[in-house]
Amino acid sequence: MQIEWIWGLIGGGLIGTAAAVFLLINGRIMGASGIIGGLVDGSGRHNAAERIALLAGLFLVPAVLALVIGGYDTRLTGNTAVVLIGGLLVGIGTRLANGCTSGHGVCGISRLSLRGIVATVFYIGAGGVTVVIFKQLLGVI
Amino acid sequence: MRSIAAFIVGGLFGTGLLLSGMTNTVVVRGWLDVFGDWDPTLAFVMGGAIVPMAIAWRLVPGRAPVLGGAFPAPPEPRLGRNLVLGSVLFGMGWGLSGLCPGPAVASIGFGGLGGILFLAAMIVGMLVAPAVRNRLDAVPSAG
Repeated sequence: MQIEWIWGLIGGGLIGTAAAVFLLINGRIMGASGIIGGLVDGSGRHNAAERIALLAGLFLVPAVLALVIGGYDTRLTGNTAVVLIGGLLVGIGTRLANGCTSGHGVCGISRLSLRGIVATVFYIGAGGVTVVIFKQLLGVI
Repeated sequence: MRSIAAFIVGGLFGTGLLLSGMTNTVVVRGWLDVFGDWDPTLAFVMGGAIVPMAIAWRLVPGRAPVLGGAFPAPPEPRLGRNLVLGSVLFGMGWGLSGLCPGPAVASIGFGGLGGILFLAAMIVGMLVAPAVRNRLDAVPSAG
């Protein structure tokens, strides 16, 4: 258990450093849903190259590391309906709320943004209730 | 230059997600599973990420980004219905799957077909989101 906390802190520190670099160097907020969503709906066309470059690093570097280190697995459920409904809800929800765990959570809370704090309380709350209902009560996930 | 910096940022972000266990849906859902096998790892990841970012925000006033342009505007104080409803929908999808947008991209290389299906569904959700937002905005707010 303890070793996971330490890796959590180290990994978290890297995530926060990445967000800090993107803010101080590029002047932009490192929010994954906003960066992807701007490409999907065309609202981020003016800085598409920067968005694509970030997503390329986000996909390629862990892919290579996972290949080299080995043993990484998402352990995603094999229930396709749950995967598709989950993805759909994450897509709609993050765009309606204008942010996800990285944008509202990391970048918002660190500047004491009320919107970031409120969003984080609601998505963690809703996530907790969903797990209780679908795992503990229904046993679907 | 902006793209090179962005690629490095994405790489650091992805490395952090991988090492911290955030690309493992069991760890993420374990954080939400308060009545089951609760896993506090996510709190350490959040805490570890917020510290460098809080320092970065303190460096912003009176300066400009290294590569030019302007820093983001101060956060809007207005909360609004879409923020709450969107966060609730996101939380439900996150709880069901154990994936959020960053880890979904970071795990493409080893997430198999399920990960691709999740991403495809997420992109469909992002495509329909503006229509959902317009519908919601047409409904008068109770407050």
